[in-house]
Amino acid sequence: MLAFVLTLVLLLSIVIVLAYAERKVAAFMQDRMGPTEAGPYGSLQAVLDVLKLLQKEDIVPAAADKKLFKLAPILIFAAVFAGFAVIPFTPDLVPAGIGIGVFYLLAIISLDVVGLLMAGWGSNNKYAMLGAMRSVAQIVSYEIPAALAILSAVMVCQSLDFQEISYQQGVLMNFFPGLGSEVNWLFGLEALGINTTYVGGITTWNIFRAPILLVSFIIYFIASLAESNRAPFDIPEAESELVAGFHVEYSGFRFAMLFLAEYSMMVLVSLVAVILFLGSWNTPLPNLGPIRLAYWTTGTVGELSGMLWGGFWLLSKTFMLLFLQLQIRWTYPRLRVDQLMHLCWKVLTPIALAVVLIAGIWRLLMI
Amino acid sequence: MEQKTIKHKFSFWHVVKSLASGLRLTWKHFRNAKNRRTPEYVTDKNYFNQPEGLVTLKYPYEAIPVPDNGRYRLHNEIDDCIVCDLCAKICPVNCITIESVKATEEIGMTSDGTKKRLYAPVFDIDMAKCCYCGLCTTVCPTDCLTMTPVYDFAEVDIKNMIYHFTDLSLEQAEEKKQLLAKQQEEMAAAKAAALAARNKG
Ligand code: SF4
Ligand code: SF4
Repeated sequence: MLAFVLTLVLLLSIVIVLAYAERKVAAFMQDRMGPTEAGPYGSLQAVLDVLKLLQKEDIVPAAADKKLFKLAPILIFAAVFAGFAVIPFTPDLVPAGIGIGVFYLLAIISLDVVGLLMAGWGSNNKYAMLGAMRSVAQIVSYEIPAALAILSAVMVCQSLDFQEISYQQGVLMNFFPGLGSEVNWLFGLEALGINTTYVGGITTWNIFRAPILLVSFIIYFIASLAESNRAPFDIPEAESELVAGFHVEYSGFRFAMLFLAEYSMMVLVSLVAVILFLGSWNTPLPNLGPIRLAYWTTGTVGELSGMLWGGFWLLSKTFMLLFLQLQIRWTYPRLRVDQLMHLCWKVLTPIALAVVLIAGIWRLLMI
Repeated sequence: MEQKTIKHKFSFWHVVKSLASGLRLTWKHFRNAKNRRTPEYVTDKNYFNQPEGLVTLKYPYEAIPVPDNGRYRLHNEIDDCIVCDLCAKICPVNCITIESVKATEEIGMTSDGTKKRLYAPVFDIDMAKCCYCGLCTTVCPTDCLTMTPVYDFAEVDIKNMIYHFTDLSLEQAEEKKQLLAKQQEEMAAAKAAALAARNKG
């Protein structure tokens, strides 16, 4: 229960920061000022927006399918939020550490699609319906390259447990039960003869343990943009053509839920990308001979220092990815439906399949 | 800049390069966001030459200074007005309403040395009707009717768009009218007396 409350509070604060950052980043990239009135530099704007939404009337259209309409936002948010259960925030803090975390995450995120369809269908509005159909088509399609990219990481790590994958990518590897005698070689190749187990830092991140994972990281990142309906894959929401897509009929608290779910999804996919490819909560600084940067910036497991360093690295890497998501949104134009499907089925999926194959071979070399 | 025909290249590296150049562009703007447009006057060399940084201003708190010869809200310096009614006559939309009362004696001088002989109990300009043509300011003989740099004067009630420039209260105006009437009566009486005297003689 405590984990639930803590995760929720953490998530809400990240989302508030993100919503504010989104507006400021957008403004700066377009040479505008962004919010300036509420609080210093407009920093309270996102909080006030949420308060405003909560005060608004909760309108349920007369012709809507009331049950579906009311349930959908809760289902959507619950699906995304449940995903956070298996995310390791620090070396010894996982809301629910289960051995098949990756599998669970993929499964529970897919529930999101059901919620979107419920929202679109339940609204009994053509725009909402179109938006929901596009959204579902897009998410279902992009789950394939995303899942394949994740699969390649899982193959290299030989684990479905996020925490185990995290431990593998840093100097603390031998502290994890079962990994006591494992050794990390540079690029995963023992033949090179460079032992990086005690060097840690960036050299043991997954994209360095098996460089092919850099490709899967890029595939996963693109697919995750599509899964969280972010530009340039935001045709489900296409303000100019579909008004706002599946949530056009929502207002007040329910809209706040949908909004929260969308931003949580962004955070979640970035967290997963960081954990699977970018070294999770491990420090990027390697031990260089006597300058033991990795140890200094890792702290001690089980103590406050370990917690703080772990959380700090995880969140800062996540925020970098989130910033990249924002920048991409304000840089690229929206893809057409056919381009979207082309990119998914004819580009990303074949490459992802090839990457899975290569990752498997790489794993054989790593033994 | 040299004009070139744009050829679409679809090779992998071209696509990657163009995606990267897009990201570079937004990143450049993001980095330059620490610079702000400075509120320069229009004659300043930098007025059209501030390619970097945020271009918007926090309007009610900051504003770009308007040109001196811009046409914005009118102002009448009533002390200098000789109530000649020229402005009301030239106004193409008839938005200036002037009522005049002759003074019994000379009231004073305007700042450019013209004698004032008329009071203006009513001097209203309806800014809602005004088309800011500026004709009234050009005909004004004493240059007391001018354009100010104020352009942000929207009102909730349109009645408030009528600006009253008179410096006389209602009572004062009434008093001046009575003074004039009395003086005219006296003059008429004096005239009548003079006429009677002549007739007698
Ligand atoms: S600016 Fe033009 S329209 Fe306005 S009061 Fe003067 S003469 Fe009339
Ligand atoms: S033209 Fe000038 S002096 Fe004459 S009435 Fe108008 S404001 Fe007064």
